[in-house]
Amino acid sequence: MSDLLRHAWVIARKDLVIELRSRTAFVSTLVFTVLVLIVFNFGRDPTATAVLDLAPGILCVTYTFAAMLALNRAFQLELENQALEGLLLTPISRRSIYIGKLIANLAFVGLVEAVGLPLFVVFFNVPVGHVLPALAGLIALSTVGFVAVGTLFSAMVIRTRFAELMLPVLQLPFSIPPLVLAVLATAKLFTGRPLEESLGYLKLLAAYDIVFIGLSTLLFPATVDE
Amino acid sequence: MLRAEALRHAFGPVWALDGITFSLQPGRTLVIFGPNGAGKTTLLKTLAGLIRPASGAVQIDGGRRAIGWIGHQTHLYNHLTVRENLLFWASLYDVPAGERERRADRLLAQLGLADRAHQPVLVLSRGLAQRATIARALVHEPTVLLLDEPFTGLDLAAAGDFRRLLAEYAAAGRSVVIATHNVEEGAELASEVAFQVRGKFVEHAARGRRGAAEIAEAYRRAVGHV
Amino acid sequence: MTLASRGRAVTAVALLLLVGVYVRALAFTPLERFQGAAQKIFYLHVPAAWSAMLAMGMVGLASVLYLLLKDQRFDRFAAASAEVGTAFCVVMLTTGPLWARPVWGTWWAWDARLTLTLFLFFLYIGYLLLRQAVGDPPGARARYSAVLGICGTVLLPFIHLSVYLFRTLHPQPIVLKPSAPSLPGVMLVTLLYSFGVFTLLYIGFVMQRYAVGEESAHA
Repeated sequence: MSDLLRHAWVIARKDLVIELRSRTAFVSTLVFTVLVLIVFNFGRDPTATAVLDLAPGILCVTYTFAAMLALNRAFQLELENQALEGLLLTPISRRSIYIGKLIANLAFVGLVEAVGLPLFVVFFNVPVGHVLPALAGLIALSTVGFVAVGTLFSAMVIRTRFAELMLPVLQLPFSIPPLVLAVLATAKLFTGRPLEESLGYLKLLAAYDIVFIGLSTLLFPATVDE
Repeated sequence: MLRAEALRHAFGPVWALDGITFSLQPGRTLVIFGPNGAGKTTLLKTLAGLIRPASGAVQIDGGRRAIGWIGHQTHLYNHLTVRENLLFWASLYDVPAGERERRADRLLAQLGLADRAHQPVLVLSRGLAQRATIARALVHEPTVLLLDEPFTGLDLAAAGDFRRLLAEYAAAGRSVVIATHNVEEGAELASEVAFQVRGKFVEHAARGRRGAAEIAEAYRRAVGHV
Repeated sequence: MTLASRGRAVTAVALLLLVGVYVRALAFTPLERFQGAAQKIFYLHVPAAWSAMLAMGMVGLASVLYLLLKDQRFDRFAAASAEVGTAFCVVMLTTGPLWARPVWGTWWAWDARLTLTLFLFFLYIGYLLLRQAVGDPPGARARYSAVLGICGTVLLPFIHLSVYLFRTLHPQPIVLKPSAPSLPGVMLVTLLYSFGVFTLLYIGFVMQRYAVGEESAHA
């Protein structure tokens, strides 16, 4: 077990070091996030609906799109010089590869979300200071499950034609439960409802995360082994 | 010690491996000559465990940990330095910290890469990248080397260095399998020679005292017959 | 008899019985008190949704078996089931709005059943697209499909719950009364009869589609 995590960490660290050096993926994803927020702003009629009604949806949908964009890079990286083949030659468990990629993806997406949140607050003038810890926890919960599935799928789509198109098509149905639950819970948070009322949503999110992280870890070897 | 038994594998209607059986003792170097499409790469990948054959079995003492691989791709990360690449791969083979650095530095010196150690792989020429690939393959001190056209891109000096290295390896009791279509470069290293044509070993014998020219002639005859 | 001809026979029987369901639903089952004739779609839509979900469940099961046993036949069955499931979804998604418009004045309602069918449809489309898009190496297609099939099946209950939670917070105008747990005897019988027929229809279609798949694999 400790081998599994140790190897996963070696892989995750390598991904993050490379990302830090080339930075293109991060900057592009961040720019994309900002653009989506701007589009949402122009896509609504400010006189018709209060921002507070739309805010949960805007935040969660923006994050979903940004995460989807970020997921493509995970295994794209391994295509250069066929490094994936090298990983499969090593004695490490295939699941280490998955967990390593998952950690790297979560760090990447998490950073984008962290930078995006203050921008969201500024653009839409939504006060989040008083619920920040709960909001952060909620965003984390809804991101984890979605990224777990996405990491699994991204390993499959690199071998298909039109990989960038296939990934969103396959993944969008899987983004609905975390999205819906996050929107419901965020709405309650923004309108000042006590956290207890969102407990059901949070439990379901946690269940989704556990189920899909487990399932993805279990199924990953089938995507790389013959 | 390496053993292959009755390996058969097809890609669509073509049998890339059509019943190959052989064993290789420690300290022996098997050089496989064959035209393109003979299935040499498929054979090496099957020996390495990357391909599961349709039938037959491979047995390598020590499993994946004992295998060093050089194929058509470098398995190096472009944005990591040469040294970082070596340390990364060494970690995945569980080479302990400290020992990793020692081996990396020693290999860098042996292969004339010491002054390039801290440059990203991206900037290396093809020949230097190939040398880095050799370092990567050897950093975990494998007991079995599987090499697919390993001399590609090496200049005369580097090729000579590499041949010396391989001879040292064999003398130290390692098994080496080299697939190549270049008889001149491979013949000197061989203790055993095999000709692979259309998935079969049409000849497999000790090299004896034959020189490169003699082997080349035998090869031409073997390929011509089939 | 070959699999294909047996499949055709089963389908033919099922279609005949389907006519029987129509007749029974329209002529012999009493009108529901509040919705009148509109409610009768219920006898066809609920079992059709059931068949679409059954198909997905079968895809999931076959996928698990394929990954465990590596038998090509499971992959072929999963593909056949997915196509049949897609067909059921399409029928539901097209007849639903066509019925809804004249009867309730709206093309679409985000009710639990229709929404779930919509997501099921997208899962199927994704599955079929993936199968089509994976070229090499051979064997990857079956493995990838199996992975997606399993994930899709596991996703279904979560979608169902999410849609339910979303709806209770944003109640839609009640256009289709959800099936009451206790139906009067006659209606229940018609419904069960219809379930049986649609299951038979599923079996017949899958048999035929599987036979086609088998033929093209051995061609």
